[in-house]
Amino acid sequence: MYDYSDFDAAFVQRRNAQFRKQVERRIDGSLTEDEFKPLRLMNGLYLQLHAYMLRVAIPYGTVSARQMRQLAMIADRWDKGYGHFTTRQNIQFNWPKLTDVPDMLDALAEVQMHAIQTSGNTIRNVTADHFAGAAADEIEDPRPTAELIRQWSTDHPEFQFLPRKFKIGVTGSPHDRAVTKAHDIGLRIVRGGSGQTGYEVIVGGGLGRTPMVGQVIRPFLKKADLLPYLDAVISVYNLMGRRDNKYKARIKITVFENGMEKFRDAVEDRFQQLKPGFTGVNPEVLAEIEQSFAAPAFGPVDTSDYEAARRADPVFRSWTDTNLTAHKAAGHAIVTVSLKAHGATPGDATSDQMRALADLAERYGHGELRISHEQNVVLPHVRKSDLPALHAGLKAQGLATANIGLVSDIIACPGMDYCALATARSIPVAQELATHFKAIGLEEEIGQLKIKISGCINACGHHHIGHIGILGLDRAGVENYQITLGGDHSENLTIGERAGPGFAYDDIVPAIERLLRAYLALRKSRGESFIDAFRRLGADPFKAALYPAEAARDAA
Amino acid sequence: MSRSFTPKVVTANALIEGDVVYLTADDRWSRQHGEAELIEDEAHAQLRLLKADKQRDVVVGAYLAEARQGLNGPEPVHFREAFRTRGPSNYAHGKQETRHV
Repeated sequence: MYDYSDFDAAFVQRRNAQFRKQVERRIDGSLTEDEFKPLRLMNGLYLQLHAYMLRVAIPYGTVSARQMRQLAMIADRWDKGYGHFTTRQNIQFNWPKLTDVPDMLDALAEVQMHAIQTSGNTIRNVTADHFAGAAADEIEDPRPTAELIRQWSTDHPEFQFLPRKFKIGVTGSPHDRAVTKAHDIGLRIVRGGSGQTGYEVIVGGGLGRTPMVGQVIRPFLKKADLLPYLDAVISVYNLMGRRDNKYKARIKITVFENGMEKFRDAVEDRFQQLKPGFTGVNPEVLAEIEQSFAAPAFGPVDTSDYEAARRADPVFRSWTDTNLTAHKAAGHAIVTVSLKAHGATPGDATSDQMRALADLAERYGHGELRISHEQNVVLPHVRKSDLPALHAGLKAQGLATANIGLVSDIIACPGMDYCALATARSIPVAQELATHFKAIGLEEEIGQLKIKISGCINACGHHHIGHIGILGLDRAGVENYQITLGGDHSENLTIGERAGPGFAYDDIVPAIERLLRAYLALRKSRGESFIDAFRRLGADPFKAALYPAEAARDAA
Repeated sequence: MSRSFTPKVVTANALIEGDVVYLTADDRWSRQHGEAELIEDEAHAQLRLLKADKQRDVVVGAYLAEARQGLNGPEPVHFREAFRTRGPSNYAHGKQETRHV
C-alpha cells in the first residue's frame, strides 16, 4: 500500500491544527456559521438532519487492516459504534459532536487518513475499480494513477474554488466497475497501437438532476501527459464553467452548452501551453508510486480442500457462487463481503464487523481491504484454500450474506433518515425490498439485478443507472417514488427511462414485485437476466406490470 | 393578495451536537417539538426568527417550520419535520434514545 511521505503527514497535521482553531473560534462566537461553513466543508464536516456528519476519504477505496481498526475505534469512541460506506468509496460517521471532530481528525491522521476535499467545490476523493490489482480482466492497476491524481489535486491552489465539485474515477479494466462515464473526468487505462498503456479520457459525465453519459475527449493520452492534460481540462472548466447557477455549474453542462468540439479545442490549446511546464519528473513520481502498489507474491495453491468444502456445504457453495470474482492469479479469488444482510442498512458496518474484517484481511488477504461504490467490502487477494475459514469467520459476524449482484444487493443513499438535502427516505425502501424478496423466496430465481435507490434528485444512490432505479421525491408533502428502467452502470453506461407516475411509500415494494414477476414470466430462460430481457422486449411489458389499471384500460 | 399565514415553530440545530431544537415561548431551546412556541402571527414569527438568528453561538440554521396544535403541544405538518422530531428510521438513534443529549 502507498505510505504517506513526511510531506503528506506534515500537511495533514497542519490542516488539522488549523481546523481545531477554527472550531474553537466558531464555538466562542468569533466565526459566524456563514464564515465557518465553507471551512468545515473543506474538512468533510456536514450538518445533516439530526447531527453533524464527518465524511472521511478512502482514496480509490483502498484501506489497510490497521486503518479499518482505527475507523472502528473512532466509531466506538466518538460515534454510535458504526460507520456508513458510501457510493464514492468513502466512510461517513453520522453522529459526531462538533467539539469532538478535531480529535477524530487527529485519530485519522495517525493512520494516514483524513477528510480533506471530501466536500466543497474542489477535486474530490479519486475513485477506482474496487478489484484493482486483482481482477483477471485488468490491463493495469489504476491505483497508482489515482494516487498520483490525489497528490496533485490535494490543496491544488488553482482548483480550490471551482464552479462546482469535481469527481474523477479511474479503471484499468475493459469491464468498467468504476462508473467512469458518470464522472466529471473518467480515465480508462487502455493499450495503444504499439503496446504501451495510456488513458482514454472521458469528460462530462454525471448523474444528478441532469444525467449525462461522459464522452471521449481524448481516445489515447500518453501516461506522461496525464497531469498537464488534467490540469488543462480543469483550468478550462474553471474559466468556462458557469458560476451563475449552481444547477448548471458542473462540467457536463459546460461541455453540453459549448459543444465538445469547442471545449476540446480550448483544452488542447491550454494543454500545449502547460505541457512544457511539466518537465518529465512526473513519470518518475508515478514509477515510485507504482512500486508501493506492487501485488503480493501469489504462490501456488492447492484447491482440493476448497472444492471439497464446496461439495460438502451448500451454504458455503452458494456464497462462493455469488460473492467471488475471478482473480488474475491461479488458485486465488476476489471476495466481496456483503454489507447488505437482508434488512440491514446498505453500506453500514458495526465497529465489531470492521475489526473482524481487519483481522480476516490480515489472516487471509495480505492485510488489504477495499470499499466498493456498491457499498460492499472487498478482500482482493484470497487463496482459495483459505475460503472455508474466511467464510466461517465472516459468518460469525453476520457478514456472510450470499447476495452479491442479486435483488437485495441494493445501493441506497442515506436519504431522509440522515441527509439534509433528501426529499424522501431510501434506507427503509432498500430494507423492505431485501426482506420481502427473501421472504417470498424469489431472490435466487430472479438472479442478477441492480436496484439503486436515491432519496433525492442529486442521485447519490445512482438510481439512473440501476437496472431498476428508484427515486424518492416529495409530492405535495408525501413521499413518492419514481421508477426508472433499463439503466446500466457498466462500460455501456445507460441512463434508465422513467416508467411513469410515482408510487406512494407503501406501494413501492408491491410495484417492484409486479415488475419482477413479469420478468420471470417473460424471460426466455433462467440465463436471461432482467436487463437482457428488458433490452430484448423494451419497456412496454414492464410498464404494463407496473401500471395494471392503465394497461387494462388501454387494452379495452 | 398574499397567502394566509399558517402556524409555525422556530427550529434549528444545536451548535455542538447538531441535534434538532425548537424555540419555546419563554426563550429556551427545547429538544422536544411539543414544547415549541406555536406562532400564529406572521410579524411575530419574523421577530422570533430574528431572535433565533442572533444566537449564533447556540444554534445553527434557524428557520420557520409549519406546525399545528396537537394534544401535547405543537405537532409537525410535513414528514421531514416529523422525522426531525424523532431521528432516523433504521436505528433507534437520536431522540429515540433514552440517554439522548
